[in-house]
Amino acid sequence: MIAAMRSETLKLVTVRLWWILALILLGYVGFTSGLLAGLFGALGNQLAASPNAPQLPLESLPSMVYSSTTAVGYVFPLILGALAVTGEFRYQTLTPTFLAEPRRGVVLAAKLVVVGVAGAIFGVIGLVASMGIGAPVLALTGNDGALGSSETWLLAVRIVLAMALWAVIGVGVGSLIPNQIASIIVVLAFTQFVEPILRFGTSIWEWTAQIGQFLPGSAGDGLVGASFFTSFGAGAAGAVSLEWWQGGLVLVAYAIVLSLAGLATSWRRDVT
Amino acid sequence: MDTMRGTSIEFQSITKSFGAVKAVSNLSFTVEPGVVTGFLGPNGAGKTTTLRMLLGLVRPTSGTATFAGTAYRDLPNPLTTVGTALEASSFHPGRTARNHLRVYAAAANISRERVNTVLDLVGLHDNADRRVGGYSLGMRQRLGLAYALIGDPGVLVLDEPTNGLDPEGIRWMRGFLRARAAEGRTVLVSSHQLSEVQQSVDRVVIITRGEAVYEGSLAGLESGARVRVSAADQTALAQTLSAAGAEVHQDGGVLVATGITAAEVGAAALTAGIALNLLAPEHVGLEEAFLGLVGAAPDPVDQIVPTATEAAR
Repeated sequence: MIAAMRSETLKLVTVRLWWILALILLGYVGFTSGLLAGLFGALGNQLAASPNAPQLPLESLPSMVYSSTTAVGYVFPLILGALAVTGEFRYQTLTPTFLAEPRRGVVLAAKLVVVGVAGAIFGVIGLVASMGIGAPVLALTGNDGALGSSETWLLAVRIVLAMALWAVIGVGVGSLIPNQIASIIVVLAFTQFVEPILRFGTSIWEWTAQIGQFLPGSAGDGLVGASFFTSFGAGAAGAVSLEWWQGGLVLVAYAIVLSLAGLATSWRRDVT
Repeated sequence: MDTMRGTSIEFQSITKSFGAVKAVSNLSFTVEPGVVTGFLGPNGAGKTTTLRMLLGLVRPTSGTATFAGTAYRDLPNPLTTVGTALEASSFHPGRTARNHLRVYAAAANISRERVNTVLDLVGLHDNADRRVGGYSLGMRQRLGLAYALIGDPGVLVLDEPTNGLDPEGIRWMRGFLRARAAEGRTVLVSSHQLSEVQQSVDRVVIITRGEAVYEGSLAGLESGARVRVSAADQTALAQTLSAAGAEVHQDGGVLVATGITAAEVGAAALTAGIALNLLAPEHVGLEEAFLGLVGAAPDPVDQIVPTATEAAR
C-alpha cells in the first residue's frame, strides 16, 4: 500500500495537470474573494452609515470571503480526482499499473488517499488566495479580516477537509465514468447547472429542503459552514443546512458509494 | 554475466469468449526457460488476449495460465518475476520516460538507480527527460522494453516487440532476446510475422482463430515439407510409407508424403523392394509452412471441403 501510494504520488506530480489546475484555482479564488471583499466590504460600510437601512452581517464577512475557496473552488479537486482515474483509462496506463500491482483494490485505495491529500493541498492553495487577497481588501474597506480569530482558522481547517473530500469524490466519479470527456461533462454539468437548480428548487418548501441539504454541494457548504451562496440567503424560508460534521459525513458517504460502485464496475473489467 | 533461472509459463485449456465470439479456444502450451519461444499467429488470432490472460489483465472464461503454477496476481512482487511489454501505447504523453519508469518502479519497490540502468540498456539515456508524447514508435518500443526489464525479471513476455523498429533495432532486439535466454531466462515473444522473429526464436507456438495449430521447433515446422513420390504399384508404396510414419495423400498420379524426408522415403521403398519412378522433395519455406498453418494460403484440398459442406447446408 505504501509503495502503491508512492507510485500514485509520482503519477500526480510528474504531469503538468495538477499545477495547471492549482494555478487556475489560485487565480479564480483570489479574484472571487477580492471581489466579494471589496464589494460587500464597501456596501456594508455604506449601509452601516445609514442606520435605517437593512444591514449586512459584517461579522460574517470574513468567513464568507474565505469560504469562496470551496464555494467556487470545489470543482478543481473534483476534476483533479476524476482526471486522475480517467487518464489511466484514456492513456491505457492501467496496463503497467496493474502489472506492477495486480491487486486492483489496493491501487484504487492508494489513489483515493493520494488524491485526497492533493485535494487538501488544493484547499491550502485556495486559502492562500482567499485570505491573501480577501483579508487585505477587507482591511482596505475598513473591515476586520478576523485573521486572529480561532473561528477563522477552524473554518480554514474545515475548508481543507472539504477540498480533500471533493478530490476523493472526484476519484469515485472517475472510476464510475471512466470516459474522460463524459466524466468532465458530468462533473461540470452537475456542479455548475444541475445542482444549483436542484438546490434552489428544493429550498422552496421545507420538506424538500430537508432532502436538498443532502445534495453534495449543500453538504459541502454544511461542512464548511459558510458560503456566499447561503450567507445572504440564510433568512430565506426553507434554508436549512447540515451541521459541519454531518455535512462531512455525507461527503464521505458520496465518496465511498461512488468508489465502491467504480470498483465493482469499470475497475474490475478486462484491461484490453 | 549473471545467470538467472526463469520459471516456465503454463497455459492450460485457456479459453476466452467475448460474447458469442471465441477469441481464444482451449489453448494449452508450455514455455520453457533458456530458449526464446515465438508466439505466432495472424492479427486477430488471439495472441494479445492470451498474453493478457496470462498477466491477469483479462479474466479467462475458463482454464488457467500460470508461472510454474502461480497465477500472475499471486506473484509476491510481479515485476521482479515477470517483465512485460505489451503494445507501445500505454504511456501518458505528458510524462517523461524517466518519470514513467519511476512511477512503476515505486509501485514495485525498485530503486531509482535501476531506472537509470534500464534507460541506458535500451538506449534511451539521452532522451529520458523528454515527454513521451514526442517519441517515435521505435522509442516507445524501447521504453516498453525498459519497463519490462525494470525488475530484472526471470521471465520476459513481449508482445510484438519488433513493431516499429528499424532494421538496426530489430537486429539489436534479436541479439538482446538471445542473450536473455542464454542467461537462463524464459522469453516469450509474440509476432504476426514469422520473418521478424525466425532468426531469434528456438521454439514456436502458432495459433490461428484462437486455436493452437503448431507447437515445436522451427526446424520441425520446416520439416513439414512434402515429398512427391510415385511407383508402379501406388497402393503398396502408400502402405509402405504409412508404415514408415508418413502421411500420404494422392495428388493426381503421384503420392504426396508429409512427415518424412526424401531419404527416408527412398530407404523405405528400397527395403520394401519397390522401384520408384519419382522421388521429388518439395522444399516448403518456413514462411510458406507458417502461412499454410494459419490459413492465409489455404491448401487447395482444404478449400474444397468447406465449400462442399456449405453446399450441403
